[in-house]
Amino acid sequence: MTPSKQFATFSLGSLFLGVDVLKVQEVIRYQEMTRVPTAPMTVEGLINLRGQIITAIDLRRRLDLPPRSEGQLPMNVVVRTDEGALSFLVDQIGDVVEIEDESFERIPETVTGVVRDLVTGVYKLQNRLLLILDTEKAANLPVASTSALASTKN
Amino acid sequence: MDDLIKEFLIESHENLDRLERDLVELEKDPHDKETLSSIFRTIHTLKGSAGFLGYGQLEAVSHVGENLLSRMRDGLLVINPAIAGALLATVDVVRKMMGEIEASGAPEERDYSELIQLLDRLKDGSSNEAQPATPAPAPAPAPAPAPAPAPAPAPAAATAPAAQTPPAAPEELHEDETIEEEEAPSPAVVAPVVQKAAPVSVAPVETPKPALPAVAPAVLQEPTEHRSSAASDSSIRVDVSLLDKLMNLVGELVLARNQVLQFTSQHQDSAFLATAQRLNLITTELQGSAMKTRMQPIGNIWSKLPRVVRDLSASCGKEIRLEMEGKETELDKTIIEAIKDPLTHIVRNSVDHGIETPEVREARGKAAEGVLKMRAFHEGGQVNIEIIDDGGGIDLERVKAKAIQRGIISPEQAARMSDHEGLHLIFMPGFSTAEKITNVSGRGVGMDVVKTNIEKIGGTVDLQSQLGKGTTLKIKIPLTLAIIPALIVTSGGERFAIPQISLLELVRLEAAAAKEQIEFIHGAPVYRLRGKLLPLVYLNRELKLSSGGTATEEEREVNIVVVQADGHPFGLVVDDINDTQEIVVKPLGKQLKGVGCFAGATIMGDGKVALILDVLGLAQQSRVVSEVHDRTNHLDSAAAEARKNQEQKQTLLLFSVGQNTRMAIPLSMVARLEEFSRSSVEYSGGNPVVRYRGQILPLIQIANHLPVSPAAVSEAENEAMQVVVYTEKGKSVGLVVGKIEDVVSEVITEKRHSFGNGILGSIVVQNHVTDLLDVHSIIRAFDPSFFPNKTNPSAAA
Repeated sequence: MTPSKQFATFSLGSLFLGVDVLKVQEVIRYQEMTRVPTAPMTVEGLINLRGQIITAIDLRRRLDLPPRSEGQLPMNVVVRTDEGALSFLVDQIGDVVEIEDESFERIPETVTGVVRDLVTGVYKLQNRLLLILDTEKAANLPVASTSALASTKN
Repeated sequence: MDDLIKEFLIESHENLDRLERDLVELEKDPHDKETLSSIFRTIHTLKGSAGFLGYGQLEAVSHVGENLLSRMRDGLLVINPAIAGALLATVDVVRKMMGEIEASGAPEERDYSELIQLLDRLKDGSSNEAQPATPAPAPAPAPAPAPAPAPAPAPAAATAPAAQTPPAAPEELHEDETIEEEEAPSPAVVAPVVQKAAPVSVAPVETPKPALPAVAPAVLQEPTEHRSSAASDSSIRVDVSLLDKLMNLVGELVLARNQVLQFTSQHQDSAFLATAQRLNLITTELQGSAMKTRMQPIGNIWSKLPRVVRDLSASCGKEIRLEMEGKETELDKTIIEAIKDPLTHIVRNSVDHGIETPEVREARGKAAEGVLKMRAFHEGGQVNIEIIDDGGGIDLERVKAKAIQRGIISPEQAARMSDHEGLHLIFMPGFSTAEKITNVSGRGVGMDVVKTNIEKIGGTVDLQSQLGKGTTLKIKIPLTLAIIPALIVTSGGERFAIPQISLLELVRLEAAAAKEQIEFIHGAPVYRLRGKLLPLVYLNRELKLSSGGTATEEEREVNIVVVQADGHPFGLVVDDINDTQEIVVKPLGKQLKGVGCFAGATIMGDGKVALILDVLGLAQQSRVVSEVHDRTNHLDSAAAEARKNQEQKQTLLLFSVGQNTRMAIPLSMVARLEEFSRSSVEYSGGNPVVRYRGQILPLIQIANHLPVSPAAVSEAENEAMQVVVYTEKGKSVGLVVGKIEDVVSEVITEKRHSFGNGILGSIVVQNHVTDLLDVHSIIRAFDPSFFPNKTNPSAAA
């Protein structure tokens, strides 16, 4: 039997992304959230997940994609990171897929932009490509957006 | 690591702490038999445990210490500084070995013979060799209590420690036998371990204790025995992480309770209401009890201080008495940990710089012995800690001179500073007044770290000092960090929590009053709170929240939450003030670490998340508190009052510019006041000019150069223009102002600097905020060549 991995998949515009299923804590529907004024744009707000306060990051903004159309409510993919749980807002949730390691390839050089930085590689599925999101990197927001505020403190 | 060893380490650390405390205590009162017995007992337990676990060196060191102590206990020796020093050194050595055991499982092989010899010498110091016979009478009573409760293990274990001490010299071994057998060491060794592992087995704990009085004077011994055994029976050791978890769960419960209570308002069911009420009461009580489990008396960290003071005062050649008040005051464990180092630092500082040497003190007419007093007490949900010394106090002028020398402030700032602000200079990074650098202090790192550490846990530090009389340092810290009372406010449709600790008062202004009483200095809103200018920060603007539009903002009443950041009060304008609540503080994710305005988040009764405002961060962002250099702007009213008398009166010309902005310039700068009709204005190079006394007088519309609200229409249309003529070296320029108001002779008490173009600062004249116009910068902006030489002409004020 060839080694394989399981991924939780979701879509974001035209992108079909996956996260190692072991990293996903849960998937919940859209929650009302508390905005954080003066925070980086990528931070959509804070949600109350059974008493835990979790930061929700809009993956569309994080990946420099155009904002989702109005009225379309995103889903929360709650993932575990080294520094606690975190929610990524995505358009739609897909299935959990099991993929053989053989179909993995590094991301081609021609892909540019933030997507290139945050995607570890591509799995070739039968009819489409699955991009694997590096959740740790995606959780690390670029410093520039917050540095202006950070410098006023201290 | 072996559980047994872990228990041994935990217990021994406690024992060492007690030993230290007792030794210092004993030195003060050498004939206190109770303390001496306690010391003896402690070191004996230590020796026994070390032997049982096979730490030969540790045992050997504690053994000689014990020998010395047994002489003292028998009244053959009386404690003196040399003995105390040697015993404290023993404590240090033992502590070091413990550290090594903790780190690597076994103490490193070292040569401790010097210390052992020293202790031996001290032991023999005042007695001859014939004395060892004295403890001999003891063995008789000892065997009696020992075998009774634990007959079987006693003989077996009794041989064990002796056998396990191979490193001990033969003669030491001999002494071991005599002493240890008298005191039935076997249960003593086993007991502490058993006690910790299984608190239920009380019996063995009791056994070693009765053995001791057999040797010591029995009468004095009895009551202490009782107390200590009762204490160990009624308490258990609990892992702190378990308590943390418990605390978290209680926090969740408090939130759930809040949610349930919200429902009660919608229901009439009396059974439900009663249940909710009960839930409310029980939760409150549970929360209190759970918090108590984490509470520790501040005495736990204070207990180290007598040693610190003793060693330090000895090395500085000072005589200092440490007084403590309110040792039993309780604080959350995390907070206790956080203030440990700052407190030690403050005490060291007081001993090193605060209290003078006996000679100096006597010369100043004070008692040779200095007093360092520590007080702790609860007040208003906070813990107050005061460190009071009766030393030399802080020399304000020297502090200022040092600060200037180190480039922390400029001489001008120093002159403007109030005493209070001057004192706080010592909290600046890089500050030290110590003339010479000692190993104790003077390196310029210290008080700033103390301040930051205390502020980190939401506390404040205040300092009062009287030259020659002493210094008082006051620390205020919250009881706990996990659950705090907070005021819930609304701004821009969002709820925010403001921690009670930074709250001063609430002010509500009705719409009409708000319009009148909120004044603007160079665009910055201020409110006069009991005669002092209170800078206002609009929360919705600061956080860039969408508000309901400016129109409604102006018409509605204004809620000002007066808060304090770093000692500077400012007003936070919010839309609504809801109520106060106990909130559970939750940290923000790392993605939001860069956002300075928030200290955390909490979950409200309705399950939604609300952000907790970080008042200090907000103040920094809105520049209420900014760099070091701005601090001088906020003057104590008392200091301003004092300065009033010294300052000379100035004659000012008051005029208005634009709408509602009052400005002033010193009359000495005014050449003439003129009124021109608008029709006489001509243009030269696109700039308005008028012919005036055979010259061409360029006109400057002040309103165009200042950020004032646009002039009312009538002013622009007005046929007559009011012009202030300014002349310098034969050249003149006309400043077009709105309306000439008055000429007043006033003592200028500068209230606030604004660092904007064209405004020097703001003052209060005739009960109105008035901006001082910076004539030079206005003219320079208009015509850079007006002032021929590049040097900046001295400013008007």
